[in-house]
Amino acid sequence: MSIVDSLLLTLPELVLTGAALALMLVAAFVGDKATRFVTLAAIGALIGAAVSLGGRGVGFDGLYSADAFSDFTKLLIYLAAGVSLLLSTRFFAAEDRLRAEYPVLVLLATVGMGMMVSATNLLTLYVGLEMQSLAAYVLASFMRKDVRSAEAGLKYFVLGALASGILLYGISLLYGFSGTTDYHAIARSLADGVNMGELFGIVFVLAGLSFKIAAVPFHMWTPDVYEGAPTPVTTYFGTAPKVAAVALLVRVTIEAMGSAVASWQQILIFTSLASIILGAVGAIGQVNIKRLLAYSSINNIGFVLVGLAAGTEAGVSATLTYMVIYVLMTLGSFACVLQMRGANGVHVEDIQSLAGLSRRQPALAAAFAIFMFSLAGIPPLLGFWAKFVVFDAAVAAGLMPLAAIGIAASTIGAFYYLKIVKIMYFDEPTTEFAPVSSYVESSVIALTAVAVSPIGYLAIPMLGAATAVAAKALF
Amino acid sequence: MIQAFAFYLFAAIVILSGALTVLSRNPVHSVLWLILAFFNAAGLMVLVGAEFIAMLLVIVYVGAVAVLFLFVVMMLDIDFAELRSGFVRYGFFGLLIALVLAGELIIAGGAWSAGAIDIANRTAPVSTDLSNIEAMGALIYSKYLYVFEAAGLVLLVAMIGAIVLTHRERKDVRPQNISDQVKRRPQDAVRNIDQPVGQGVEL
Repeated sequence: MSIVDSLLLTLPELVLTGAALALMLVAAFVGDKATRFVTLAAIGALIGAAVSLGGRGVGFDGLYSADAFSDFTKLLIYLAAGVSLLLSTRFFAAEDRLRAEYPVLVLLATVGMGMMVSATNLLTLYVGLEMQSLAAYVLASFMRKDVRSAEAGLKYFVLGALASGILLYGISLLYGFSGTTDYHAIARSLADGVNMGELFGIVFVLAGLSFKIAAVPFHMWTPDVYEGAPTPVTTYFGTAPKVAAVALLVRVTIEAMGSAVASWQQILIFTSLASIILGAVGAIGQVNIKRLLAYSSINNIGFVLVGLAAGTEAGVSATLTYMVIYVLMTLGSFACVLQMRGANGVHVEDIQSLAGLSRRQPALAAAFAIFMFSLAGIPPLLGFWAKFVVFDAAVAAGLMPLAAIGIAASTIGAFYYLKIVKIMYFDEPTTEFAPVSSYVESSVIALTAVAVSPIGYLAIPMLGAATAVAAKALF
Repeated sequence: MIQAFAFYLFAAIVILSGALTVLSRNPVHSVLWLILAFFNAAGLMVLVGAEFIAMLLVIVYVGAVAVLFLFVVMMLDIDFAELRSGFVRYGFFGLLIALVLAGELIIAGGAWSAGAIDIANRTAPVSTDLSNIEAMGALIYSKYLYVFEAAGLVLLVAMIGAIVLTHRERKDVRPQNISDQVKRRPQDAVRNIDQPVGQGVEL
């Protein structure tokens, strides 16, 4: 494949990079007055990148692969990035930190994510991951005058650098013992027996990636970063980078380590169960809604890993289904969190301030309740289907104990989701919220609420077919 | 023979100084150990025939990064009076490291001229007719072009991030306004006055 063909394969990344560079110039010359325009243009660029998806093939001598799997996950990433950009302007305007660089950084992070999900070589994986992480560290500390935001950025940076080091060590071991950084060549090398060095490499790579998806025991940073980062950034962190990191993990485990399932399956089973249980137990005592959603994301990653631990095509397809539904629920619940601001317009994050929301703003309370019920996996809502498919895949792969413990632990999780519903519907009202002022935000809430409501089941056959095609591309 | 000796020497010192980087209580010591570790890693690179990477390691890591670390460490809250009082002790320590480095340079040079170590499981072929730099350039700008360009983008992200996080508009300074300066014409700025004798100048 010639270099031009290879470049054409990366068209979505090229579109995003070009847009990011152009918008950076706009930001530099026009300044922060242009923020709203830059944000809209960035969303336009994301749409353009989504339209330019669809190339098929392996480019740059096996460094980059465009297939159904990468297209599916990129679409989800662009959706999450676009929606979190939509949610950002009003928040930053209210906090007096409307900077035109924000959408540019989000675009560059998204380029990195595109590299991650298309990587078929450990080099591409690492560079993509670093591009995404570096932009994310800056985004976390974007409100630099806010002590919590600065702390979140610093914590994320230090722990992220440590995780990158661990990952890189694992990559170097894999390279040293298998003699290549190409996924398929590594798979061939692992097929004739996993030696000690390769095993260590696999363990270190999985440890580094577990950090990026915030799976136990590498989850420590999540609550602090989610709480400290500005809420639109938390929305972004909870969705797009998660999808990218999970997709990366899926591709590495299936394509590069697929011939040595036994050597990583038990690691994934452990992290998945630990994430489900610790995410559920840790969330119980939280009083800050963003911290609670951080533990909820740890908990959800556990369920995602249940699907991946199966190591089968059905398992990968279930993982992707879970990610789609998880992104919808997360976008919706963070859009609701963005509406939590007192009468003077100051954003609040205290769970108790939701008390009596059903009487003050019944529509918002109903939407929030739908997201909470869905995250808890209560049957008529779409969150149940997500959990159902991953457990179904795990049982089909013979991982009955994993599924059983996971289902049992998900009832612990239901407790704190339902506690929020109880506070909204049965407690006496305390604080008054400012009314929802933005049509954009109310329509995001409404659309995601409809999507995770039972109406969303209409899309299940289409989603199932798309995830099946995407999963098939890896096997 | 000399290669095997040099390999074990470098490898042992890398591990030792790496451990001491972590273990030593004084951050200045840590950085000095780190420099020693970098230097020995460069020696290992020379042994496998990657002399360009070895030079990069010395120039970039020892020359720039480690010295930057030293600056940062010196800004930490360390009791400098105590440090100065121990100058002789530090001087001896620094001299020791310098001596070790000088000895290693000689050994590395000898080992290098005796030919590179032949690693048993090497999968990537070593080209014999190309120099290191040519071989790397040919790979970076062809096979790994994609990753190389992406690495450039990573640096751009770092630059934007540094500016976003540290740049602020300050009201109390008067920055240079180049377009105003260029627009200014002589007639705006220069006045010809026929100054009468014996009177003061009016500005």
